[in-house]
Amino acid sequence: MAGLWVIGEVTADGKLANISTEVATLARTLAAEAGKEVAGVVVAADPTEAATELARYLPRVLAVTEPAAADRPWSMVAAERIAGLLEADTVEFEFVGAGPDGRDVAGVLSALTGWGIIANAVGASWADGGPVVEMSVFGGKLTTTSAFTGSAGIVTVRPNVVTAEPAASAGKIEQVKPTGDLAQPTVKIIERVAEAGAAAPIEEARIIVSGGRGVGPEGFALVKEIADQLGGAVGATRAAVDAGWIPYAQQIGQTGKIVKPQLYLALGISGAIQHKVGMQTAETVVDVNRDPEAPIADFADLVVIGDLFEVGPAILAELRARPRPGSA
Amino acid sequence: MHIVVLVKPVPDPASGGERLGPDGRLDRTASPAVVNGNDEYALEAAFKLTEAHGGEVTLVTMAPATGPETMRKALAMGATRGIHVTDESLAGSDHVSTARVLAAALKDVEFDLVLAGVDTSDGLAGVVPASVAARLKLPYLSYAAKIEPDPAAGTVKVRRISPTGFDVLEAPMPALIACTQALGEPRYPSLKGIMAARSKEIVTKALSEIGIDGAPVGGTVATTKVLGSKAPPPRAATLVVRGTPDEAARELVAFLAERRII
Ligand SMILES: Cc1cc2nc3c(=O)[nH]c(=O)nc-3n(C[C@H](O)[C@H](O)[C@H](O)COP(=O)(O)OP(=O)(O)OC[C@H]3O[C@@H](n4cnc5c(N)ncnc54)[C@H](O)[C@@H]3O)c2cc1C
Ligand SMILES: Nc1ncnc2c1ncn2[C@@H]1O[C@H](COP(=O)(O)O)[C@@H](O)[C@H]1O
Repeated sequence: MAGLWVIGEVTADGKLANISTEVATLARTLAAEAGKEVAGVVVAADPTEAATELARYLPRVLAVTEPAAADRPWSMVAAERIAGLLEADTVEFEFVGAGPDGRDVAGVLSALTGWGIIANAVGASWADGGPVVEMSVFGGKLTTTSAFTGSAGIVTVRPNVVTAEPAASAGKIEQVKPTGDLAQPTVKIIERVAEAGAAAPIEEARIIVSGGRGVGPEGFALVKEIADQLGGAVGATRAAVDAGWIPYAQQIGQTGKIVKPQLYLALGISGAIQHKVGMQTAETVVDVNRDPEAPIADFADLVVIGDLFEVGPAILAELRARPRPGSA
Repeated sequence: MHIVVLVKPVPDPASGGERLGPDGRLDRTASPAVVNGNDEYALEAAFKLTEAHGGEVTLVTMAPATGPETMRKALAMGATRGIHVTDESLAGSDHVSTARVLAAALKDVEFDLVLAGVDTSDGLAGVVPASVAARLKLPYLSYAAKIEPDPAAGTVKVRRISPTGFDVLEAPMPALIACTQALGEPRYPSLKGIMAARSKEIVTKALSEIGIDGAPVGGTVATTKVLGSKAPPPRAATLVVRGTPDEAARELVAFLAERRII
């Protein structure tokens, strides 16, 4: 059966990664546009939970029980098993998230199949028998449209570019037995360490409150308070990460995360190009900086010229004074 | 301990001059080339490892004829030598070709570890290292925040950044590791390093010299094509707010409410 496949990414505790619900929504829309079939595939030691969740979005989900996924990096095991299934189920295009696991799956799958990759999709439509994919390149300076030259390929999709919407009815789940040994060399996970204070992935946050060098070691408590009040996540510049005020996982920019929240509230951030490339596609950028000449003023929607240690608490007070949504 | 670092020259993101040519390919004349940011972290990790365990650092770069200019910067930081794979037909290569060529180039090199960057500032795909590893059947350890080889046991442990913290991965060497900034700030080349780099060896290899002459690689067999590009819609003018903290906060919050963010 020819069509589109969505690779369901599975977290360490067997759940479907959020990004996969977005990717599934995108692929389902494309399949409808193309008149193609769409299915999901979930590879895990126990795929039940993730497959059930993915079936809320797609008419058909293949569930592969692969014990090796328990103690090896998921992406390696999944890529090999998925490559093995492609022949039986003539798939044309694969869709997966553009995060660490999705990229690793895409890279291995591409090597095993020779399929090309269009990376970091921010949107897609269907034309001439294949997906036409929009990407934001050079840190948002340019939007390009790309297509595959042949009739097969892998698309990695950025988080937050589609709103996940379940299908009208849940799809059916088919159990698939993997055959043959895994041929890629074994990498073992010998320990999983949860770091205290590891926050929700900032790529998925609707609102990000971000702090820079201006925030200082103590100021991140204020940043976090404002983020909590807004129901958002905390981000940071490399300067703040290098200073050890906040983990690298929260860094936004060229060598950190690329985010596209509805609101990016920057406190004490100058807006260096390497930071800008990670956040300039945010829908709304608001900045508090005491320097009116800071580069961030050139691309923010609203700039407050002032000291963040004075303006920050005032913002908090103002937010707290607002009636809560839903309250009378 | 012999380490290969995969180094890609990219247009300097700080130059602001990155752009595509009329053919939809990167216009390499528009901005100066630098070592890809994440590859600098890979280089730094390689230097620390060879300082601790002995050995040499070899660069492998697939790039146009100008590649060595950028490779010299990595040699000045402390790499021992470079291998520059270049061929007219490689212009317009996609990820499939790039991975294929890099994998072929690595076949003749002796190494315990191959280090790469997790992604590139010009392409940002972050898929080449996984592809190279899979093609060579090397254990692949990605998103590395810490690298601890045990040369006596012939194994390497890597902290892979996870959504909740990190996983500790272990694999036999040789292995390929994709590196992040969490490995530590790259060193600046010293004056001595810059001088020394001038006489360091960069071997140029054509496709025939890495055994894939005639294989389908390069622009003519690219699996993807750019159809077009446009500048994103310009942002609206910036609203500048001055005033007392309370006034400013009120205005800021009203702005958010007006945009239905809160
Ligand atoms: C290869 C490479 C990769 C990089 N990758 C990244 C990346 O991924 N992400 C990233 O962020 N950076 C990255 N950088 C670093 C980047 O160049 C900048 O150095 C960094 O973004 C600056 O961080 P900052 O804005 O917090 O600090 P600064 O540039 O020092 O700015 C601090 C700002 O805070 C303001 N300020 C200070 N005190 C107050 C106060 N009390 N109230 C209000 N405002 C105040 C100042 O006016 C200033 O504008 C990279 C650099 C390189 C070379
Ligand atoms: N042409 C190239 N030459 C050498 N290394 C490369 C090349 N392209 C990619 N790489 C390596 O692969 C990493 C990720 O690249 P990419 O998948 O293109 O984002 C880079 O950081 C490099 O380490």
